[in-house]
Amino acid sequence: MPLDLVLQNPAIWRGDQYAKVAVESVPTGFVELDKQLPGGGWPQAALTEILTNQRGIGELRLLAPALVRLSHEEKWIVLVAPPHLPYAPGFESLGLNLARMVLVRTKSDAESLWAAERCLRSGSCAAVLAWTGAGSQQTIRRMQLAAEEGKGFGVVFGPTRNAALPSPAPLRIQLTADREKLQLQIIKRRGGGWAAPLSLNVNRSQRNRIERAATNIPGIYATPTRPSPRLHRLRQGLA
Amino acid sequence: MLWVCMHLSDFSLQLWLQGLRDPGPAVITTGGNRPEVLSCNPPARSHGIAPGMTVSAAVALAPDLIQRPRDLVAEQHALERVAAWAGQFTSRLSLAQPDALLLEIQGSLRLFNGLRSLLLHLSAGLSDLGYTATIATAPTSTGARLLARAGMNSTVTEIARLEPMLAGLPLILLDQPEETTHMLAVMGVHTIGECRALPRDGLARRFGQSLVDELDRALDQLPDPRKPYLPPTRYTARLVLPAPVYETEPLLFATKRLVMELAGFLRMKQAGITKLKLTLHHEDSKPTIVKLGFAVPSRDPQRILTLLRERLSGLELHGFKLPDRVEAITLVSEETRPLGSRNLSLFPEDRLPEEQRWLIIEHLRARLGVDAVYSIASHPDHRPELSWRVCEPGRNDLEGREAASPRRSSSTAAPPDSLSTAAPPCSSSTAPPPRSSSTAPPLWLLETPRRLQILDDAPALDGPLTLLTGPERIESGWWDGNDVGRDYFIAEDTSGTRCWIFREHNSTSWYLQGLFS
Repeated sequence: MPLDLVLQNPAIWRGDQYAKVAVESVPTGFVELDKQLPGGGWPQAALTEILTNQRGIGELRLLAPALVRLSHEEKWIVLVAPPHLPYAPGFESLGLNLARMVLVRTKSDAESLWAAERCLRSGSCAAVLAWTGAGSQQTIRRMQLAAEEGKGFGVVFGPTRNAALPSPAPLRIQLTADREKLQLQIIKRRGGGWAAPLSLNVNRSQRNRIERAATNIPGIYATPTRPSPRLHRLRQGLA
Repeated sequence: MLWVCMHLSDFSLQLWLQGLRDPGPAVITTGGNRPEVLSCNPPARSHGIAPGMTVSAAVALAPDLIQRPRDLVAEQHALERVAAWAGQFTSRLSLAQPDALLLEIQGSLRLFNGLRSLLLHLSAGLSDLGYTATIATAPTSTGARLLARAGMNSTVTEIARLEPMLAGLPLILLDQPEETTHMLAVMGVHTIGECRALPRDGLARRFGQSLVDELDRALDQLPDPRKPYLPPTRYTARLVLPAPVYETEPLLFATKRLVMELAGFLRMKQAGITKLKLTLHHEDSKPTIVKLGFAVPSRDPQRILTLLRERLSGLELHGFKLPDRVEAITLVSEETRPLGSRNLSLFPEDRLPEEQRWLIIEHLRARLGVDAVYSIASHPDHRPELSWRVCEPGRNDLEGREAASPRRSSSTAAPPDSLSTAAPPCSSSTAPPPRSSSTAPPLWLLETPRRLQILDDAPALDGPLTLLTGPERIESGWWDGNDVGRDYFIAEDTSGTRCWIFREHNSTSWYLQGLFS
């Protein structure tokens, strides 16, 4: 009997399977990721934890397709205490409706948590992205409950070291950057099961590398590990 | 015609204790050198205090007694505010000084689903304001007032039924000088019925025409004109707190009374509030002023109260301390806008009401400050730091659209050729920023460009940076003093973070301006 047929037996459970749960969700815009998520997208009415130590590796572009979709509805998209200024032309170039995006500046983590929880609970925010710093398990739970109540898509960004700690958030994803692609590891999801690491091209910037662009500028290299005589020439060329 | 009279007995006492949740023994006194008790509340009465007693005797009975002389001016103002609040029930109302209000409600019966439901609305509303009143209904205003003064919560709709009811009421309730009622009492005439049984001409000769007229008016035998009440254009209320407070909760309790009044006033005006000012008066220091703005006009008292609560507790959160205990509060409606009622839809709606959507913005603003909650819009400028603007949430679709549309069209159309990107300053307001079609702009911008270290003659950020694309030259702003001449590159650091860096033309220093994320 071929192995495939054996595996089709419903009595056999494979480690990478997860229970399909009917959760309201918004498509992520990445087919590979949608396949791995119960409900086929970012869970709405739940909190998602995104863990990464690097800022700017593509965490926003990962969320962007969903945010763009939500921004054309009537609810708000709230960014609580973003680490930098959101660049309006950048968001617009993604097709995001800026009229729905609201930024909240806070003075402390406590304020950020309060604002994020309030927004999630209000029911008038489609998505709430919060950079809340060190959120304890208790605050995450509060936000999760608020998201359930207000039916909002809540996202909390945290450091990678939190991955080892338990968290009440139903979806937890760890991000690392790898040259062209963004490496995703789902640490926890509804329905359980082990998820294979994903490598997504989130279109972090355009693909045409320096080799092409810099042909008319002498001495600019694709890698910084070139020997220094040429770097010297680079400086001369630029100066 | 159908008149409702709301008689607020012991109005001065009610007004004073309005802002207190569980008042202890309290009395209103006559003031002066030897003050006497004018009226007292139930806790005071249970201590054995009665009107007419000297205040020193009352204090001996209840050591924790709080007292205050009667304030006629405040009473008059408060009565007018109750009238403004009651304006939501009828447009024909009149003050019956010092402590009663007359409402002609024949025309409002249908709107409020009949008399019973209207009276329920009235009494529930009054108790929200912190008042208890005797509410009597009669076909004549004088009749309604007599019934209400007698403490009868009765509803009489026909003259024929009113007559026997009035006949049993004492003469003291009439608006007549004390000598008249005293003289009649000496004659053995105590009730209205007995008085009406006397010959009219003799009665008029002895006690003046006004007594006969008042009796006639009560039974609709004479016209009974009333001076109509004209509502003010803005709501201003001052409430003196019985005991100075420091905490938010009792303060909010007192404020709630005024907010309920304000809501009635707004409903009467068919308006919603957009700017509200709450002043907290202290004994020795300058008053604390709390201002509230509403994105969408509202007259929902719960919404106003939630915002006030957020604001007051927000003050505490920021370590702001009230300089002193609050002894009085003033609430002023600074700006109102017409607000019609919304038609209900035939089918259940799942759309979010517009007002609901703004609630969260107001909520956040009340706590974190107005500037802390904002939106951004792009602005047509080549310099990244000037190519966006802060704007009101939800408002940028207006100004943002003209700014955004040329860019969108340019990104879908053929990429602009390199010569046309150097736009002359005069046309810069409509020129799209120089984005070559292949470059997506970054999503994060640093508040101020961060100067990069130079490592081995190349820019570095926690390690060497790899240049990926560039340069994109931006040379702009020579006309407004913010002259920039920069070459932008996209670079990647060792950890994989993509950065937007630039090098100035006239120096060799590199700066980090954005992150791609």
